[in-house]
Amino acid sequence: MSDTTSQVAPRQAKRLSPRKRAQRTRVIQYGVLVVLVVVAALTIDGRQVQQVFLRPDLVLKTLGPELGAAFLNTIIYTAGAFVLGLAFGTVLALMKLSQVAPYRWLATIYTEFFRGVPAIIVLLAFSLMGVAFPGFSFPFDPYGTVWVALGIVTAAYMSETIRAGIQAVPKGQIEAARSLGMSPGMSMQRIVLPQAFRIVTPPLTNELVLLTKDSSLVYVLGLFASGYELTKFGRNLANTYANITPLVVAGFCYLIITLPLTYLVRRMEAKQRKATR
Amino acid sequence: MTGTTPSIPTGNRNDEIQIYDLHKSFGDLEVLKGITTTVHRGEVVCVIGPSGSGKSTLLRCVNLLEQPTQGRVFILNEEITDPDADIDRLRTTMGMVFQSFNLFPHLTALENCTIAQIRVLKKNPDEARAFAQANLDKVGLGDRGGSYPAQMSGGQQQRVAIARALSMDPEMMLFDEPTSALDPELVGDVLSVMRDLAQGGMTMMVVTHEMAFAREVADRVIFMDGGVIVEEGPPAEVIGKPTHERTRTFLKRVLDPTHVNAGDEDEAYAQRHAADSTPTA
Ligand SMILES: Nc1ncnc2c1ncn2[C@@H]1O[C@H](COP(=O)(O)OP(=O)(O)OP(=O)(O)O)[C@@H](O)[C@H]1O
Ligand SMILES: [Mg+2]
Repeated sequence: MSDTTSQVAPRQAKRLSPRKRAQRTRVIQYGVLVVLVVVAALTIDGRQVQQVFLRPDLVLKTLGPELGAAFLNTIIYTAGAFVLGLAFGTVLALMKLSQVAPYRWLATIYTEFFRGVPAIIVLLAFSLMGVAFPGFSFPFDPYGTVWVALGIVTAAYMSETIRAGIQAVPKGQIEAARSLGMSPGMSMQRIVLPQAFRIVTPPLTNELVLLTKDSSLVYVLGLFASGYELTKFGRNLANTYANITPLVVAGFCYLIITLPLTYLVRRMEAKQRKATR
Repeated sequence: MTGTTPSIPTGNRNDEIQIYDLHKSFGDLEVLKGITTTVHRGEVVCVIGPSGSGKSTLLRCVNLLEQPTQGRVFILNEEITDPDADIDRLRTTMGMVFQSFNLFPHLTALENCTIAQIRVLKKNPDEARAFAQANLDKVGLGDRGGSYPAQMSGGQQQRVAIARALSMDPEMMLFDEPTSALDPELVGDVLSVMRDLAQGGMTMMVVTHEMAFAREVADRVIFMDGGVIVEEGPPAEVIGKPTHERTRTFLKRVLDPTHVNAGDEDEAYAQRHAADSTPTA
């Protein structure tokens, strides 16, 4: 194709220089944007939008101690699942690097399974454990159920990240540790893992952001009001008032958690880039 | 003991490192083809030879960072190549200094020197810190204990690495080209620390390209090529008047920097060492 154009090119009356062409695409892009804004302004009724998405009286009704409790529950569900996921993910990562082949297989099967299955199914399955095994219940119910279910799912993702972090530690580090008489286990614990976790802190924080949002899946469980988290709480109110406003407020609450975290990740990544240069 | 057939190991406490018929292959590549030698208490042995001749591999087989394919190695008359050997304990008797320093970047200079004392030797932290500080003083970095490796020059890092090894109070020290990764102006500091160690009676096995250092400090020079010891003896003989053609060719090349083939060697060298400090993945 480039052949034919280069043959045809000399015959064309005038060809735009790359700079001119870039300029023209930019003008077109601005043009499209202006048209979209004008169309939106003409068709959308601002008051109606506000009535549906952000009715002031409903905003006030949503804000309150129950929102605070839901906010706290979101954090508790997320934090517990994260801690469990981190611990279990580390074990899985070590299994993946094990000399013992069956450990590697088990860890791989586990990871592939829980990364491939919707988290909501895992959560539902765990919520039915009490039915499947009569008398069985997770400690700190419903927190325990959520922690274990979400922790198991997130461990699958984290294990891949942690494994990559361990492998990113130069092999000279293990050699130095072993040459000082440290056992393989001690070298891993004292020398490799601390460095690996430093490397994977940004991606793990990203995982925490995803987990915060995934904690909203908890709404599928039959919860008592004391266990409501942001999504369940917002959804109930939205149903009651037949208005979206409470959900919008809940959404903003998630941003209060996730935006600082993503900002933190960006700062850490920038710092790491500078350090490795 | 009839005296005619020496026993293996000799049992003599002065024969600190005994190497018998050591072979090492990586896949089909036989890198060491039968090395036999003994390093005595207080002796400084410099190992020289062209790139790829197996010098690092020999050193790494001594403390079992590489598993020999054949042959036996005795440390203080204990066999480290014995499958049942307590390798970790034997390793505490030999400090190793690497070309790429390999300091622990998440620990300060002082912590680099205390961690193994505390975790491996089970010394109490105060005692460990005092000894670590003494060793940092010895390498001229007594005031840098609180610095992290990334805050130090290569020469300083390598001296901390030496202090770290010394902090295990080893019987002997293994050096694998300790100055090869350093800017020329930083080499002197490290070599002078090593010279002090040698004068202090430390048993040392040093792989090096620093011929002046070998000539001055070594009690014995081993010239290796193609996985065998071609020639060994006092530096005045091996470096001064080598008897083998291969030794002469090698020395001519390293002592004459204008030699045309120097570049080839450098390149092969750089290629094979690119992996040393890169991730294991
Ligand atoms: N882990 C390994 N796997 C495969 N081959 C290896 C490995 N380590 C070393 N070798 C090979 O063994 C040979 C000897 O390597 P060695 O590092 O012992 O040489 P050297 O004498 O130390 O050279 P240099 O002066 O470049 O450090 C080289 O051909 C090298 O490619
Ligand atoms: Mg080498």
